[in-house]
Parts: sequence; C-alpha cells; structure tokens
Amino acid sequence: MIEWANTIIQGILTGGLYAMFATGLAIIFGVMRLVNITHGDLIVLAAFIAMVVIETTGFNPFLSLIIVLPIMFIIGYFLQRGILNYTLGDDLLPPLLVTFGLSIVIQNVLLEVFSADSQRLKAGAIETSSIQLTDGLSIGIFPLITLLTAVTMIILLQQLFNRTRLGRAFRATSDDPTTAQLMGINHKHIFGLAMGLALGLVAIAGVLMAVRSNFDPSIGPAKLLYAFEAVIIGGLGSLWGTLIGGIILGVAQNIGAKIDPGWQILAGHIAFLIILVFRPNGLFPRTRDD
Amino acid sequence: MSVLEIKNMTAFYDDFQALFGIDLSIEKGETVAAIGANGAGKSTFLRSITGLVQNNADKFIYKGIDLIGKAAFDIVDLGIAMVPEGRKLFPSLSVEENLLIGAFGQRPGNWTLDRVYQMFPKLKQRKDIAGTALSGGEQQMVAIGRALMSNPDMLLCDELSLGLAPIIIKDIYGALPGIKAEGVSLLIVEQDINQALEIADRVYCFQEGKISLTGKPEDLTKEQIAAAYFGR
Repeated sequence: MIEWANTIIQGILTGGLYAMFATGLAIIFGVMRLVNITHGDLIVLAAFIAMVVIETTGFNPFLSLIIVLPIMFIIGYFLQRGILNYTLGDDLLPPLLVTFGLSIVIQNVLLEVFSADSQRLKAGAIETSSIQLTDGLSIGIFPLITLLTAVTMIILLQQLFNRTRLGRAFRATSDDPTTAQLMGINHKHIFGLAMGLALGLVAIAGVLMAVRSNFDPSIGPAKLLYAFEAVIIGGLGSLWGTLIGGIILGVAQNIGAKIDPGWQILAGHIAFLIILVFRPNGLFPRTRDD
Repeated sequence: MSVLEIKNMTAFYDDFQALFGIDLSIEKGETVAAIGANGAGKSTFLRSITGLVQNNADKFIYKGIDLIGKAAFDIVDLGIAMVPEGRKLFPSLSVEENLLIGAFGQRPGNWTLDRVYQMFPKLKQRKDIAGTALSGGEQQMVAIGRALMSNPDMLLCDELSLGLAPIIIKDIYGALPGIKAEGVSLLIVEQDINQALEIADRVYCFQEGKISLTGKPEDLTKEQIAAAYFGR
C-alpha cells in the first residue's frame, strides 16, 4: 500500500515538471491560437543556454535564470514579431509548418554547436535531498521545488491575466485582434509579449528539466509531446487544467512504471487517449481562467 | 475649422475597390451622419478612418496630423474612437473589463468608469458578468462606454440601432447629446434615416462607394434623399 502511495506522490511531483513544460504552450495557444511545434526544442535550447551561462559565470542553475530568462524572453518576443506573427490567420497550417521547420533548425543548430553528447546541469546536494515522510515514503526536495514552482507560476499568471492592464490586453487580443486595435492595442506587440512570457516560462522549465534529467539536442519532440498531452488533458487554454493535466500524466507514467518499467511512457499516452475519448475538450475546457 | 478633413479617399478589400473618391469634413463638436443602403460603403468608410481598412486619399488630416498609413492603434491614441457594428465586445472580459480595456492607451480626459456608469446605470449593476451575456441594448451601452473610456475627441458609431428594439434605440441615441456636449465630434453611420436626420447637423448619403448627396437635414427633401439612397 505504501508503495502505491509513494508511486502516486512521485507521479504528482513529476507532473509539476510536465506542467512547467505545458504552461508556456498553453499561453501561446490561449493568446495567439498558435500551435507551437517547436516548444520542446525551445525548452532544450533554454537548457543549453543555461549550461553556457553556468560554464561562463560559475552560477548555480537557479541563479543562471537571471540571465537565461531575459534571453529567452527576448528570443520569444523577436521570434513572434519577426516570424510567427506573419503566419497567423484563419489557416492553422502556416504556423504548424513554420514551427515544425524551426524545430528542425533548432535541433540541428544545437547538434552542430553542442554535439549529440548527453548533458546535465548540476545543482549540488539539492538534487538528491529528500524529506522522509514515513518508512518507505519520501519526497524529493528538487521535485517538490519543481511542483511548487509550477503552482506559483500558475498563480502569478492568473494574477497577471485577470488583474492587470496587460492581462486584459492579452485576453482582448486573443478574443479579437482586430477590435483590440480599436482599443489602442498593438496586437503584434501584445503577441510578442505573450511569446516572450511563454519563453520565460520555458527558460524555467528548461533549467528544471536539465537539473532533473539528462538532455541532448534530440529530446525536444518528447518534451513537446508531454506538454501537448498535459495541455489537452487540462482543456486548451486553462492554466489550472494544465497543472492537473501534467499531474495526471505524471501519475499515469509512475503507475505504468510501477507495473512494468517498460510501460512508463506508454501508460502516460494511454491515460491521455482515455481522457480524450471521454472528454474530447479536456477536463476544464475554457479559454479564460477566473 | 475642420478637425477631420478627407479628400478623394479610396479604399480596397484586396483587389476590390469599396470606396471611390470620398470627400468629407467634420467640425469640432459637430454630428455628421452617413446614411445609405446595405453595401453602400458607409461602414468601410468608418473602418478606413480608423485604419482597419487599407485606404488612400489626397488628404486625410485629423487635427493637423496626416493619418494616411497610420495603424489603427495609433489612430485611437490620437483621439478617434469607434463603436463597431455588432458591438464586438470581448467575450472573455467582464462588463467592467470591457470598459477598462477602452482606456488601454491611457489618453488623458474626463471620461472615467464612474462617468460611464452615470450615463448607463444598468452597467454598474452588471459590471462583473461577461459583456457578451448582456442584452443587445446593454451591449451597445458597453460598446459606447468602452469607446468613451479612450477619451476621444471624435467618436465613430457604426449602426448603433442595428438589431435593437425602438425603445432601446431611444435610450442609446439619448446618450449622444451628452457626449456631444463634451465637445466630441460624432460621425454616425445609420440605416435608419429618420434617426440619422434627427440627430445630425449634416448628412452624407453613400451609394455604391461614392457620396451621392450631402447637406443639412433641414435643407434636404425626402425625394432628394430617396434618390440618393436608392439611386432612383
């Protein structure tokens, strides 16, 4: 019994990381209605940028975020203003194709610059520290930090979206970019800010991922898949739904691994498919969090 | 002196030309109505002024500033606000948030939430519900209030009466003199000729993308208007 409780707790903690992967994706879809195929590769890119920052400055991975986060924000802003804004419209295909192309470009550039070697960011003792709850049941400090980071980010994002002038502009532009212009809102700038914000979250997700597990230039698509599944399970555009989606995915994977280690990834996909069959619009289908 | 002066404006939807050589001017505090049948080009003209429709003109000056090529969001900041056809409230924003988003540009002026609520008290009672959950008339009040929140010097109103009951139309139009009294110039597109003639200082009649008649309501005969409106 205690083993199953442990499995579920570890799954919830894993879900925190998946929620971090997914939150940026949810914002990109929620504001721009853009399906960002390159999301996973951007998470890996953030991890590599963090690696360079750490090697250059000697910062620990968490401190590296004071440099990585603004860099990713700027990349996001100019990616949206310079490329992705031109793909938006009634047709969903152009953004899919362009972000798919960008995904390939990022993977290959990372491969060229950093090689295919597996990397990892070292955060010291915190990586392996844990809190012993009972005999056979413990919580890893780092996974707990990851989950709490995801919850904190979602609370902050909700405050931003629901209580600030910029948040209203995000929502209005998402509803109707043309009418938003009649409010004095530069929709292209707002979309740039939303992408910058999303890639700021990607920066955090990338660093957390890189401390928790090995990474190399080819793992982006797998991260994208987890992010997609978390977003879709939760209901497109719902931030709390995204957290729940990530947790369901994490728990399903851990239960799968408990039954048979080879079933870990498959169990997550099966849980995703089952939810999709019964709730095609996800568990919390809405575009506004309130 | 005209606050808005337009000479020979043309407008296009891709290759389709929708406006042909429109000349129009509006004085400070003046109410001008654009009337005409469906598809005559009235709404396109308003959308051209706001920069939402690709346009060109020999002269397109607002308070001494050339508006040719300016983006819609810049034109709002210069003091031209629009109440769009069909209200176009933002579904994910509450009534109050729909009003607040009108003030996004933070243009200085006298219009505040409280003043909008004074003008339309019903909105204050419903400030926290989704704007799109209101009745058509109340949505129109939000759309007008939202435009006023940008503290405009000129308000463009596109088909205020569309789809509304006569008693609601009376309420909506009843708010316009108060807005005009603030020195705001009004350009109103309206299919209801009587409503337009009642409120306007001057009228422009549109037909097939051109102006077919212009003048003061009291100087125009029904026959002239019918001929200009229907082309016979």
